[in-house]
Amino acid sequence: MQASAWLILLCPLIGCIVIGLGYRVWPARVVGALGTVAIAAAFVFAVNATLHLQDRAEDQRQVVYTAWDYAVTAGVDAKLSILVDPLSMFMALVVTGVSTLIHLYSIAYLGGDRGYARFFAYLNFFVFSMLLLVLAANFLLLIVGWAFVGAASYMLISFWYRRTTATSAGIKAFVINVLGDVGLVLGTFFIFKQSGTLDFLGTFAKAPQVFPKGSADITAGCLLLLVGAFAKSAQVPLHTWLPDAMEGPTPVSALIHAATMVTAGVYLIARMHPLFERAPAAADVGAIVGAATLLIAGTIGLVVTDLKRVIAYSTMSQIGYMIMGVSAGAYVAGLFHLMTHAFFKALLFMAAGSVISAMGGEQNLDKMGGFRKAMPFTYACFIVGGLALSGIPPFSGFFSKDEILLVMGEQGGWKWALYVAGYLGAFLTAIYTWRMIFRAFHGEAVEPARDLEDGHLYHPPAPFNPASGEEEDVEVGFPGPEHHIAERAMPMKAAMSLLAVLATIGGVVLIPKTTTWLDDFLEPSFRGSSVVANPDDTLLVIGLILGTVLGLLGVFVAYTIWVRRPGTSARWVERFSFLHRLFVNKWYFDELIDLLVVRPALWFGRWGQQTFERVFVNNALVGGPSGIVRAGSAAVRAAQSGFLRAYAALLLFGVVAVGLYFLIQSA
Amino acid sequence: MSVDWFLVVSALVFCIGAGGVLTRRNPLVVLLCLELMLNAANIALIAFARMWGNVDGQIFAIVVMVVAACEVCIGLGLVVAIYRRRLPIDVDELRELQG
Repeated sequence: MQASAWLILLCPLIGCIVIGLGYRVWPARVVGALGTVAIAAAFVFAVNATLHLQDRAEDQRQVVYTAWDYAVTAGVDAKLSILVDPLSMFMALVVTGVSTLIHLYSIAYLGGDRGYARFFAYLNFFVFSMLLLVLAANFLLLIVGWAFVGAASYMLISFWYRRTTATSAGIKAFVINVLGDVGLVLGTFFIFKQSGTLDFLGTFAKAPQVFPKGSADITAGCLLLLVGAFAKSAQVPLHTWLPDAMEGPTPVSALIHAATMVTAGVYLIARMHPLFERAPAAADVGAIVGAATLLIAGTIGLVVTDLKRVIAYSTMSQIGYMIMGVSAGAYVAGLFHLMTHAFFKALLFMAAGSVISAMGGEQNLDKMGGFRKAMPFTYACFIVGGLALSGIPPFSGFFSKDEILLVMGEQGGWKWALYVAGYLGAFLTAIYTWRMIFRAFHGEAVEPARDLEDGHLYHPPAPFNPASGEEEDVEVGFPGPEHHIAERAMPMKAAMSLLAVLATIGGVVLIPKTTTWLDDFLEPSFRGSSVVANPDDTLLVIGLILGTVLGLLGVFVAYTIWVRRPGTSARWVERFSFLHRLFVNKWYFDELIDLLVVRPALWFGRWGQQTFERVFVNNALVGGPSGIVRAGSAAVRAAQSGFLRAYAALLLFGVVAVGLYFLIQSA
Repeated sequence: MSVDWFLVVSALVFCIGAGGVLTRRNPLVVLLCLELMLNAANIALIAFARMWGNVDGQIFAIVVMVVAACEVCIGLGLVVAIYRRRLPIDVDELRELQG
């Protein structure tokens, strides 16, 4: 098991290095195969490690393997160690499994792109970083993995680096992620200060003694960890980078910005649950922010016209559910939703990529329509993903979402508000999901759709940047010389079919009153948790019925507005113009951050450069000493007249003066 | 004979030498005057050696003569080099090392 556990990490790393070093040498076919096989191998090893873990007794299922020590001295224990337990294996399985399929999809989708090898090297590096994050057995490695995924995310968002929109989106994502890294590091300091160990299991074992419930240190530490989680998981108010991150290639959006990286915050809270349970105030903040995010993102999703951004806001909203769940103690439910969400959201992104390819790079929903007949397979995938996302039984999202909300309802008190917010969010989810589907696939067929029905692909007159509309060169940037849509590319079709199956049946691992597989599997990681889930039957039935009804109602509303009575939405936009403006402008978060952070920072920078540096540093600090030296040297220089006789006279008078001095002294 | 007389002669010669160094501009004469100063010192050294009945002072005088010979060698060499390059033979004109 030890070998398997390390190989999970090593496979993507080797893949990254081999592809990265040989990117000039390997032909595209080899690169794609190498990248995919590396991740698939990691998946196989993860399965193997999990099976071995299951063979152990239940209380032996948390194993730490140490490769070597960085520094073990009094007070510091920095080791390269990984923790193999059900939680980390669960995450590793989801990450490697979904990544394998997305690599498969990328083989076709990125075909013909100039940066093909670069893309796969980055993608493998990302998977390595993510696995490092989830397998880390101490805070040190967690921080390293945390920062690595941020860097990988930056590189992949800015993958088409000739697009200024892409590079600025990458910078935005990186800056906000670094803010989260700082939060994580500072939070670690607060925890380390009391626990004296970096090791997770050691910290958790000591937690009851060193952290009194609700003490200042643990609350501050957990709040700072939450900052890290919010930045990585795109929660309000650190979410603005995620919609912009859609500038990256679609497989990147599917892998990083839907299925894996953005769920790192959920993993962090679940992993740190013994700490969060000792800091109820911090946990409550997490739950409230999660609920706020799921509503805010849901409302924005209703009005966004960019196909990928709709799914991005949906991702934010769904992660809001997860953060809310794990913060409130619904660990298994939150992770369950993480898994099902990874399936159906990756599926939706892949299907969106197919549509965007067919549109020749266009992402605007306003320009789409009637793709139903042209792309039946993509349409089917969208339907499956949409049903799972809106929580219609028996699709996977139905079980996982209701599981989270069930825990909210069960805890009662003020968490009823979160319960209501969750179901309101579910209703919004159904509306915006089906709005997207109806607008892209129903209605009158647009030109690209008709072209496709006739059997040939639509090519825009000139390649352009879908975000800004300006023309661009095709050497670096989509749409490259070729388009790849799911209907025609086998690898894409295979990946999407598998995900569609998973999105449909993924819920079976935890059906209320029927199966408890996921509960049993994850139990060893959450043993000792003080939150006991023991829902009563009435609440369970109410929740399931409410979820179904709201989901179906949302679909019905979307159908009415966008299919049965076209034009309704325009009337509503007029009637609720204030709300529409608010949503279209994304609740003015970008403007708010600009006003509160960006502009003061720019002003401070300008002041530093123009006033502080020029006046204080240049004139006083640097100019002062150099002026003194210059004046002194000018005086000395004047003495160097070059007159030999003057030197001789000075010498003589000097000697005479010294002689006289001693004569007078001795007299 | 008292040591005073020797010292008076030494002081006179030294002052003549120093005055020459300070006032003359021909490097040859300057070197000559330097020799005078050194020899003045030699007179004083030998006078003191005689007074104490100790040969150390005489040894010093011989060392000073060696140094003087070396110095004159270099000095005259420089003068010849200056002359060959047709530069002015005047210490006030030769002041390129001015700061």
